[in-house]
Amino acid sequence: MTDAADLRRRTADLLAAHPPATTDRLDFLRARFDAGLAWVHFPEGLGGLDAPRSLQAVVDAELAAAGAPGNDPGRIGIGLGMAAPTILRFGTDEQKQRFLRPLWTGEEVWCQLFSEPGAGSDLAALATRAVRDGEDWVVDGQKVWTSSAHLARWAILIARTDPDLPKHRGITYFVCDMTDPGVEVRPLRQITGEAEFNEVFLTGVRIPDAHRLGEVGEGWKVAQTTLMNERVAIGGNRIPREGGMIGVAAADWRARPELRTHDLHQRLLTLWVDAEVARLTGERLRQQLTKGQPGPEGSGMKLAFARLAQDISGWEVEFLAEDGLTYDDWTMRRPDGVDFTGREAGYRYLRAKGNSIEGGTSEVLLNIVAERVLGLPPEPRTDKDVAWKDLPR
Amino acid sequence: MTTETRSTPTPAPDPDLLYSEDEEALRDAVRALLTDRSDPATVLAAVESDVPYSPTLGSARAGGAPSALWRSLATEIGTAGLLVPEKLGGAGASTRETAVVLEELGRAVAPVPYLTSAVLAVTALLGCDHEDAEVAGALTALAAGTTVGALAVPLTTAPGGPPEPTVRAAADGTLTGRVTSVADAAAADLLLVPAQGSDGPALFAVEAAADGVRTERVTPLDLTRPLAHLTLDGARGRLLATGDRAREAVDRALLTGAGLLASEQLGVAEWCLAETVRHTAERTQFGRPIGSFQALKHRMAALWLEVASARAAARNAADALATGSPDAPVAVAVAQAYCAPVAVRAAEECVQLHGGIGMTWEHPAHLYLKRAKADELTLGTPGRHRETLAGLVDLGAP
Repeated sequence: MTDAADLRRRTADLLAAHPPATTDRLDFLRARFDAGLAWVHFPEGLGGLDAPRSLQAVVDAELAAAGAPGNDPGRIGIGLGMAAPTILRFGTDEQKQRFLRPLWTGEEVWCQLFSEPGAGSDLAALATRAVRDGEDWVVDGQKVWTSSAHLARWAILIARTDPDLPKHRGITYFVCDMTDPGVEVRPLRQITGEAEFNEVFLTGVRIPDAHRLGEVGEGWKVAQTTLMNERVAIGGNRIPREGGMIGVAAADWRARPELRTHDLHQRLLTLWVDAEVARLTGERLRQQLTKGQPGPEGSGMKLAFARLAQDISGWEVEFLAEDGLTYDDWTMRRPDGVDFTGREAGYRYLRAKGNSIEGGTSEVLLNIVAERVLGLPPEPRTDKDVAWKDLPR
Repeated sequence: MTTETRSTPTPAPDPDLLYSEDEEALRDAVRALLTDRSDPATVLAAVESDVPYSPTLGSARAGGAPSALWRSLATEIGTAGLLVPEKLGGAGASTRETAVVLEELGRAVAPVPYLTSAVLAVTALLGCDHEDAEVAGALTALAAGTTVGALAVPLTTAPGGPPEPTVRAAADGTLTGRVTSVADAAAADLLLVPAQGSDGPALFAVEAAADGVRTERVTPLDLTRPLAHLTLDGARGRLLATGDRAREAVDRALLTGAGLLASEQLGVAEWCLAETVRHTAERTQFGRPIGSFQALKHRMAALWLEVASARAAARNAADALATGSPDAPVAVAVAQAYCAPVAVRAAEECVQLHGGIGMTWEHPAHLYLKRAKADELTLGTPGRHRETLAGLVDLGAP
């Protein structure tokens, strides 16, 4: 078993062979991957050493102290957080060898082609079709809310391969080449003025069968792995008191005494308490995970953070009085990432509206908590056993 | 606790928000006892009897001997002395364990004087000089559970600078004055009385049975926590502490009580949510269990999140009090400001989502509603705690 001392030794060897000061950034990242120090819990030969996931921190600390370059996880989050675990679990040896290394080094950016205009909360109702043609699949359809699509080399894609089966059973999971001539990416401008996301139109896109992940018709099951890993990412970080949006609001309050009113004071204190308790709830979840006893709190954390972000940013716009009437910039831009606490109060207020929609609406999350955590009886499902092609839409 | 302002908030400490194995074992023991001896029907029957605590259930001098439930809780499991050092006959445990007991007592809405005797009275005594025979003797008696203690302050008193005592101490140690709305005063054997002496504040021990002590029971909103007005007319007190020490002992007791009350509120909320989920999953209307309707299940899911959050807040307060963290006043204010409304909301949702049965005397939901609402006023309202917090984290009023 690889332990912390072993990892420190391997990290020292890597640094000795490839001194960060004199090594090209990409060369260093490739060497780190090949040394098994990229994600230590991955298998040997695929950037890891089959070590406990918790030991990654040991490597990261040593490398940070040595000034080694990172792989800019903010830019390649979908690849790292969603595509990689899915490829590892369902990919063939060939697929793992081909995709994981450039994914981790950031040479190849990934995006996710899941949501559609007609399939949001009801993702399994998706209508993008993939039809078998010899050794290829031919894909036609439209995807939406795709971040990084304009930067991406590859996409994880779910498409309908059998419309005669009920919706969950006729879906297959693919890796889609974003440079295929049938892929068209259009920016999707949102209420903040910028275009963080894209619409992706797929017209006669050819995907070789070798780029299928999992069995034909098993795409929904494969997608669960992707979505589960999206949720693992939440709750992993420690947040200090007044971290996040409440810190910005509190700083405003301290800096602008002339704007204070009793009503705003009462509301700020209530929000401060709620934010502190949400922080503690996340910290408790983190402590449970560390002890290997994951609690169901994770299901609810996103609900709490969405409501807090919306309420705090709304409070802030109101507190700022005349400044609250202004907006920093409506220019249409395509940012590489998103910073929920970035820019000004008006932007934060508008961007926070997405927090209760993206990654599962708050309404769907409440259903999940009610049915999976509390065990309440489900709503009657009239579409469960009906062929997808016969569903009303 | 002072209300000094700092230029930056206290850095967040490193609390342990989980339950240890020993704490879980303690929970199991308390829960087993309460399930056996204090189910809701028994509690309901007990509160309808006209003694402060039923002789079969509560602590009560009224019945002569301490009740079976209090005796078991206090002595067999040894919970009365959790906060008392071992050399004084206690368990030498901390507020973390006490909080677990209070969670279970809240969940069972048990009518026992635990918060008053084992938390408020004990903590006030712990703030006095343990070497003093009077203090040590009182702690030993309270730890054994054979004596029930009460801190003679109105139950609404918040930590962070309690008001001037309403009792005057004469030079000969006799006490005169009136203290209103004292929890469990009628059941207590030993009253800890903050008084104003000629040389400043002081804390006295007064035997409840002594001459010149009169308790007059009040009809309480919360049937499971009896209240009484206390009148002292030349009653003889034994001096426990004076000056700042007396004042700080009382304030530490109030801070500890408020912080641990959050755990009781968590227990109340947990029962209300669990019972509501159970009921709505079984109750059928319109041909479906009503718990399958999103209009109802979303309310329960939202409540679940609040209860999960209340657990983190309550654990944080219990841990900060246990470790003597300088962050304790913030942790307690946050826990009270958050947990008190969660317990009230849970009890109100419990009544509403039970429909007609929730409005009946027969169903125990009202016991929880009354406890939750009274707890909201106990040891400071949520608004009062937010006000305290404003001073502690530099978010001053306009």
